[in-house]
Amino acid sequence: MSDTLILTKRWPKNDPSLAGYKADGGYRSLEKALGMPPAAIVDEVKASNLRGRGGAGFSTGLKWTFLPKDVRPRYLCINADESEPGTFKDRYICEYDPHMLVEGIAITCFALDIHLAYIYIRGEFAKQARALETCIEEAYAAGLIGPKLGGKADFKLDVHVVRGAGAYICGEESALMESVEGKKGYPRFKPPFPAIVGLWGKPTIINNVETLANIPWILENGGAAFAALGAGKTGGTRLFGVSGNVKRPGVYEKPAGYNLKKLIMEDCGGTVSGRPVKAVIPGGSSSPVLRGDEIDVSLEPDAIKSAGTMSGSGGVIVMDDSVCMVRALARIAMFYAEESCGQCTPCRQGTPWMWKILEKIERGEGTMKDLALIEQLPGNIMGQTICALGDAAAMPVQSFVKKFRNEFVEHIEGHGCKHGETAWGVSRGSREALVGGNRQPVR
Amino acid sequence: MAHHDESSADSGPQAIADLPRDKVARFDAALPEILKRYPPDHQEAAMLAALRRAQEIFGWLSPGAQKLVADRLGAPVTRAEEVATFYVMYHTRPVGRHVVEVCTNVSCSLGGGYDLFEDLKKKLGVDNGETTKDGRITLRQVECLGSCGTAPVILVDEEMHESLTPQSVERILGALL
Ligand SMILES: Cc1cc2nc3c(=O)[nH]c(=O)nc-3n(C[C@H](O)[C@H](O)[C@H](O)COP(=O)(O)O)c2cc1C
Ligand code: SF4
Ligand code: FES
Repeated sequence: MSDTLILTKRWPKNDPSLAGYKADGGYRSLEKALGMPPAAIVDEVKASNLRGRGGAGFSTGLKWTFLPKDVRPRYLCINADESEPGTFKDRYICEYDPHMLVEGIAITCFALDIHLAYIYIRGEFAKQARALETCIEEAYAAGLIGPKLGGKADFKLDVHVVRGAGAYICGEESALMESVEGKKGYPRFKPPFPAIVGLWGKPTIINNVETLANIPWILENGGAAFAALGAGKTGGTRLFGVSGNVKRPGVYEKPAGYNLKKLIMEDCGGTVSGRPVKAVIPGGSSSPVLRGDEIDVSLEPDAIKSAGTMSGSGGVIVMDDSVCMVRALARIAMFYAEESCGQCTPCRQGTPWMWKILEKIERGEGTMKDLALIEQLPGNIMGQTICALGDAAAMPVQSFVKKFRNEFVEHIEGHGCKHGETAWGVSRGSREALVGGNRQPVR
Repeated sequence: MAHHDESSADSGPQAIADLPRDKVARFDAALPEILKRYPPDHQEAAMLAALRRAQEIFGWLSPGAQKLVADRLGAPVTRAEEVATFYVMYHTRPVGRHVVEVCTNVSCSLGGGYDLFEDLKKKLGVDNGETTKDGRITLRQVECLGSCGTAPVILVDEEMHESLTPQSVERILGALL
């Protein structure tokens, strides 16, 4: 397997400024792109097998072809909402190499005849928003974007940063557009899809930060080379953010088909406590959980599907055998209950209901009837809602209860959590002591 | 999301005229910079950014501040209210001089985030969403902050602090006046 680094090659200490980026060969891909017919750029991206890194894994090239031929203006929205629990990769692109993203945006806009792009970044990322603002100011000042894209083409491009204000749902693409329009983040009914009817009713492409940061490399090295780095129908490398009970948490750039067990046991050094891995959430909190004995799988989206889960946003959460599964699931259920926008009844009512029942079981007040209910509720939500948050809330509940049913039964029969004060595991707060405080955010 | 606090929006400025003049002037001066990011026919899109700026200037989004933002964007007041109450980073009740927000989602709690939040509640003598009696700190529990690899994580006045230990939290909070 190749060790090629695309996204992290300049992390974390290299100069993120325009001068630093250019010294390392930056903006050459934009120059190359400006000499190509736009359709040829789209073809290159199609050939690269680049798939969306925001969670759904949709083919980027294919998405781009959905734009209706003759409707203008068209818009680009870049999704930097990064709110799926366990996910923490896009922030580092914004901090450590923002020009790579801006170059990707510039190429994308040229390829798709788009003249206005909004980077929507979650409100809590103040430092990252500042880094992007600085980067965009530099790009304007250097004439890379603005009235003349790349300094020569007769092509205007404006790029702006829009900050969210605290709402997970605004990562969902249609809610994101509502938020860019200055409204509360209520997801829209689909179809029509954003490529047809998007921002201000116009055709809009929405892509994740990591997705677009790959574009300069694809232009420079060719779609085929990118495809060859990956596996199956997924090209390139991916950023995996590993958190929880591992010795070396952080962001790892690995080929798209990398093995999950290897990532956890070798790259991250296994659990911080040395205890066995009990559970792994492989792709953000909405992906179905895996038991410790099920993690010997490829992270490639189609491959991991056969293990009944998804690598979604690349957020891997590891729990050792001292963590209470009821505690963990109840916290996940709380998240979805708090973040439901309330538009659809099954989601608005179902998510707090699941949370309340799980807390009741964790407290030792649950009954077998509650367990039956918690097994039934996810099915009543899935597929019944406007947006995928409903499914996202249902999948963890379904999978935790299925895979760790004995723990739920134990809580009910034993009238409480045997872990007591240590429901969050023995390693909590002790990582400093175990690894000497030597933590790096990035590998 | 609920703010459990005794202090209420009723006690704040109710109308634009109740807002301090100098602060209104500062808001008006900041507005063009915000508006220029949006197409001329879509200036209402500036709602989120304008509310953020208003909150920075007035401290919280009182009914008067919400009315000011709506007025300047030519939007109905209900639009400003709707947005101000939808997003958790907007304060529609008065808050302390500092806002401390602790992530208690899974990755953070596996690294001590839940324990940290419980300790702070005890230490500050407040519950979730409440402000200390001296008006110094409002404490809140928040969702995943997108920094799970450096758990536990808190926000202090919207700036992130990562890889925390009980000692570093003590230091950070101690510096808040
Ligand atoms: C509830 C919900 C939350 C989402 N949050 C994010 C997010 O924070 N960041 C992101 O890039 N995509 C998020 N998505 C996925 C987006 O809807 C969309 O698929 C993605 O931005 C498309 O870009 P991509 O094809 O490049 O991945 C979310 C989806 C849902 C249903
Ligand atoms: S599924 Fe939930 S979050 Fe999505 S639109 Fe419906 S109520 Fe809102
Ligand atoms: S769980 Fe706390 S930052 Fe993600």
